[in-house]
Amino acid sequence: MSSIKIRTKRLNGKTQIRILIAHPMARNRNNKANPGQTISGHFIQVLTLKHNGKVVAKCNMGTSIAKNPFFAFMLKGGETGDSISVSWEDNQGLSDTAEQTIS
Amino acid sequence: MNVNRREFIKKSLTLSAYTATSPLLFSGRLAQADWVPENFAPSILDETLRRLFNESKIIETDKIYLQLPKTAEKGAAIAITVTSSIVGVSKISILVEQNLVPLAACFELSPELDGYVTARLNIEKTSYVFAIVETQNHIYSSPKATVKIAAASC
Repeated sequence: MSSIKIRTKRLNGKTQIRILIAHPMARNRNNKANPGQTISGHFIQVLTLKHNGKVVAKCNMGTSIAKNPFFAFMLKGGETGDSISVSWEDNQGLSDTAEQTIS
Repeated sequence: MNVNRREFIKKSLTLSAYTATSPLLFSGRLAQADWVPENFAPSILDETLRRLFNESKIIETDKIYLQLPKTAEKGAAIAITVTSSIVGVSKISILVEQNLVPLAACFELSPELDGYVTARLNIEKTSYVFAIVETQNHIYSSPKATVKIAAASC
């Protein structure tokens, strides 16, 4: 199952895009067993939002974003049947993509 | 601590060398879209602001509206909504003063999107939060909103 959920809603000629991603967003922390060493974090670095294949938003983020991050954007216009695609990439090289059509 | 400081100075020196040698790198704001580790490394707010905006003038305005709670029991997931009535927003950055990494996220928005962003933040302790909105020519800062965290999360 994809880690990304996308919901779109038409509001007064605009489209609200809501994105929920299942991700731990763990920060670097001290290793209690071996003091002085750190356990490296695991967090999303880049999130890309595409509308009909064209990049409309590129987001860089760090560990100050909460676990299971949620984002919302407002698209000017947007027609029924347009495709919205979201992809993320984290610091461990993992990534995921999901696509949704505006209903 | 000393090692960290040394590494930090080394990194900031290389970064300033970059800015000096290649003005192209910082000329187009949308061009520097890549994830820069220095921006998301632990530091204090002033250092982050200096690194991000390079001593540019930041205009405080009330045209940016932050919607977020005044108090929260836990800071693990605080919803924040940034709405701006400024025309031609190209970038929105959200900063949390007291966090280890003050820069939470920066959103580079194309003209097809409104100046509207919602996210959920992890706020470590009572701190103020603000957003910085960039247009082609100007940098605006929102009023500072304080979030009081009752229990410190870790």
